[in-house]
Amino acid sequence: MASSPVTTCPVAIRIQEDDFDIAREIEVLTGSRTDIGAVVSFSGICRADDDSSKIAALTLEHYPGMAEEEIKRHVDEAVSRWPLNGVTVIHRVGRFMPGQNIVLVLTASQHRRAAFEAAEFLMDYLKTSAPFWKKEESATGTGWVEAQARDDEAAARWTKS
Amino acid sequence: MKVKYFAWVRERVGKAEETIEPPPSVRTVEELIAWLSGQSEAYAYAFEKPKVIRTAIDHAHVKADAAIAGAREIAFFPPMTGG
Repeated sequence: MASSPVTTCPVAIRIQEDDFDIAREIEVLTGSRTDIGAVVSFSGICRADDDSSKIAALTLEHYPGMAEEEIKRHVDEAVSRWPLNGVTVIHRVGRFMPGQNIVLVLTASQHRRAAFEAAEFLMDYLKTSAPFWKKEESATGTGWVEAQARDDEAAARWTKS
Repeated sequence: MKVKYFAWVRERVGKAEETIEPPPSVRTVEELIAWLSGQSEAYAYAFEKPKVIRTAIDHAHVKADAAIAGAREIAFFPPMTGG
């Protein structure tokens, strides 16, 4: 009787002020493994304009402890829903200028579909359920970014009926 | 119990965390919000729209009717905007 191949799914979750190097993170994730056929990389970057106003800078605040745990809960769910061979989530905190990296999600799998879907699932939940908050600075002052209904709708797509 | 506040809830309350001792009659998250709102104008302002406020007990999201008995840390914050 053939046994199913043993796959391991290392998970790395980091919240940090420092920037990340996408190429380096992919290398860490895949290393010398030959069972990975697909890596999807999503980067969230600070934009210069938010619909109407010009953004000068963005400050990211988080709830230390809960942020890591909440991301872990969703990574665990992704690992149980898709055949993944590795997941890396890095979320930066601090003050960012337009063009700077904010978040990185890497998902590795044997085939692309699982990697694409899991990356999208993780980003949808990062936006609506991980305890991070953005404050915008613009020419007209500073203000907290309001949650978008479209982000809740995107996350709701993944709810199992 | 320890209470933490984040983002504009923290700014309106005027502190990031504190230790509180609500009376035993305060049993749920929504009762705690109502009790805090009665403590000062700063809390009343922070919790003026209680339906908007999100709550976590011991690092897990909970609903307004969740019991607070046994909670070590309760956090109040606006809807999240990370990612």
